[in-house]
Amino acid sequence: MLKLDTEKKEHNFSYTSVKNAMEKVILDPSQKARIKVRNLNFSYGEKQALKNISLDIYEKKVTAIIGPSGCGKSTFIRILNRMSDFTLSSKVEGEILLDGKDIFSKDFSPVELRKKVGMVFQKPNPFPKSIIENIAYGLKINGVKDKHKIEEKVIKSLKRAALYEEIKNRINESALGLSGGQQQRLCIARCIAIEPEVILFDEPCASLDPISTAKIEELILELKNYYTIVIVTHNMQQALRVSDYTAFFLMGELIEFNETKKIFENPSDKRTEDYITGRFG
Amino acid sequence: MSIKSENFREKAIEYTLFILSLSAIIFLAGIIFTLIKEAIPAFKEIGFFKMLLSKDWYPTYDPPDFGILPLMAGTMVVTVIALLISIPLGLACAIYISELAGKREKVFLKPFIELLSSIPSVVYGFWGIVFLAPAIQKYFDIPSGYCAITSGIVLGIMSAPIIASLSEDSLNYVPKSFKEAAFALGSNKFETLMNVTIPAAASGIITSIILGTGRIIGETMVVLMLSGGAAIMPTSALEPVRPMTSAIAAEMGEAAFKTLHYYSLFAIALILFAITFVLNMLAEKISKKYRIKLGSSR
Repeated sequence: MLKLDTEKKEHNFSYTSVKNAMEKVILDPSQKARIKVRNLNFSYGEKQALKNISLDIYEKKVTAIIGPSGCGKSTFIRILNRMSDFTLSSKVEGEILLDGKDIFSKDFSPVELRKKVGMVFQKPNPFPKSIIENIAYGLKINGVKDKHKIEEKVIKSLKRAALYEEIKNRINESALGLSGGQQQRLCIARCIAIEPEVILFDEPCASLDPISTAKIEELILELKNYYTIVIVTHNMQQALRVSDYTAFFLMGELIEFNETKKIFENPSDKRTEDYITGRFG
Repeated sequence: MSIKSENFREKAIEYTLFILSLSAIIFLAGIIFTLIKEAIPAFKEIGFFKMLLSKDWYPTYDPPDFGILPLMAGTMVVTVIALLISIPLGLACAIYISELAGKREKVFLKPFIELLSSIPSVVYGFWGIVFLAPAIQKYFDIPSGYCAITSGIVLGIMSAPIIASLSEDSLNYVPKSFKEAAFALGSNKFETLMNVTIPAAASGIITSIILGTGRIIGETMVVLMLSGGAAIMPTSALEPVRPMTSAIAAEMGEAAFKTLHYYSLFAIALILFAITFVLNMLAEKISKKYRIKLGSSR
C-alpha cells in the first residue's frame, strides 16, 4: 500500500493519464462528496484490476457502477470498505477519502470503516441462525447489550428493509427458510441495523427473480433518503431506474462518470454508448 | 469379439466387483457373529448386569470374579484425560491452520500434523515408557510412572491430529460468504471466528471429537504399555489402571480356550465394539445433518 502525501496530491490533482478524461469524468461540485476516490490503482498477483480510478460518491445519492463482467466493478466496490484486504497478494495505490479521512491510513481501522460503510453481497448470505439473531449479531458485536433495545432495533431495521410485514410471525425461525429475495432484504436489514452511513450493493439482484428484484430496487430508492448508496449492477435498466450518478468501467478503467441521465441519453464516449445500447458486454 | 462374449465379460466384471464389495459386509457380520457367540456364555453364566456392575476382576482366582466395572472405569479415566489434552490441542491447531496461518505455513503444517497421526502406536508407547513415565513418576513422586495419567497424555497427543485434521476440514468447509458477511458488519477476526465460523463448523468439530474419542477408547498398544495394568477401581489419575482393551490383549493369550475367562474377554470385546459402534453412528448422523444444513445456504 502506497502512502501518499495527501496535501500534495490534492493540489496536483489531474486526470492526465485517462484519455480525454476531463470531458468524460464529470464531477458535480454542487453535491457533497462523502467518498472521494483519487488515482486509485489496484492489482492482485500480476493482474492490474483497476487503473487510475478517480470519482466522487455523493451524499444521499445512488451511484451505479456498470460495465461488462471482469471490468473491475466488483473489485472497486470491495475496496471502498476494504473487503479487498482479504484478496491475497493484492496492492492498492492512490487514496480513498471518507469524509476527508484516508481509509488506508493507519489510524482508520478496517473494522471501524466497515461499521460506517456497510455491504450487501451478490448472493444473499444470512448466517445459519434465526432471523432475529441475524440482525442482532451486528448490534451485539457493536456493544448493544440491552435485550429490549436490540429487539426494537431489529424490528425497525426489518421495517426499513420492507420485510417486517411478511415475516413478523417467524422472526425466531431460521433465516435459511426465507426465499432468496427475503434473504437479501434480511441482509439489507442486517446491514442497516448497525447504522452505516454508506451502503455498498454488489449486484444485489444477481440471483433474484424479477419480482424480488423490483422490491429491492424500490427499497434502494427508499433507502436513498437516509444513506449514501453505491450499487454495482450489470443490468443497465436497473442502473437507469435506481441511480443518480453512473460510472462506466471497462477493463479496469473508468471510462465515463456523470449523472445517470446524461450517461444514458448522451454518452460522451463511444464505448459507453456501445455498451449501453447492448453492442457488447 | 462377439456381442455375446462381450456381454459375458461385462457381467463377469460386474459380479466380481459386487462380490468383492460385499466382502466388507461379510467380514463385519462374521466378526459381530463371533463376538456375540463367544460372549453369550459369559453373560449366561455370570449374568449381564452382575458382570457390568461388579467391582472385582479376578479371572484366575478360585472362585473367579468377572466384574468389568474397574476395566470400564480404567478406560473412562484414560479417555477423559486424553480428551482434556486432545480437544484443546486439536482445535487450536485446526483454528490456527484454517483461519490464521499464511499460505506457506499451511503448506508446511498440515502434512506434519497428518504425519503425526501415521506414527505407529507402539512408537508412541515406547516414547511414553522411555520419556514420559519416568518424568511423571518423578514429578508427582509416585511409586510407578505407569498410570492413568501417563497413558492418557500419550493418547491425547496421539489423537489430537485426528481432531485437528477433521476439524480443519470442517472449518474450511464454512462458506466464505458467512465470514464476509461478518467482516462487512464490522467484526474483527476473533469475533468472526467465535460467532460465525466455529458455530457453522460446530457439527463437523463435534464429529471429529467423537471419532477421536472412538480412537482413544479402542487404542490398545499405548494403554497396554503405559497404564500399569491394575484391574482395580481407580480413585485418582495417578493410579495404575487396566482399560478394557489392554485387559483383552494381555489376557487372551493366557486364558484357556472355551473357559469362562475366555468367554468373558469376548464379552468385554463385544461391549467395546458396541461403544465404538454407537460413537461412529453418532458421528455419521451429526455430519450428515451438518452437510444438509450448510448445503442449502451455499
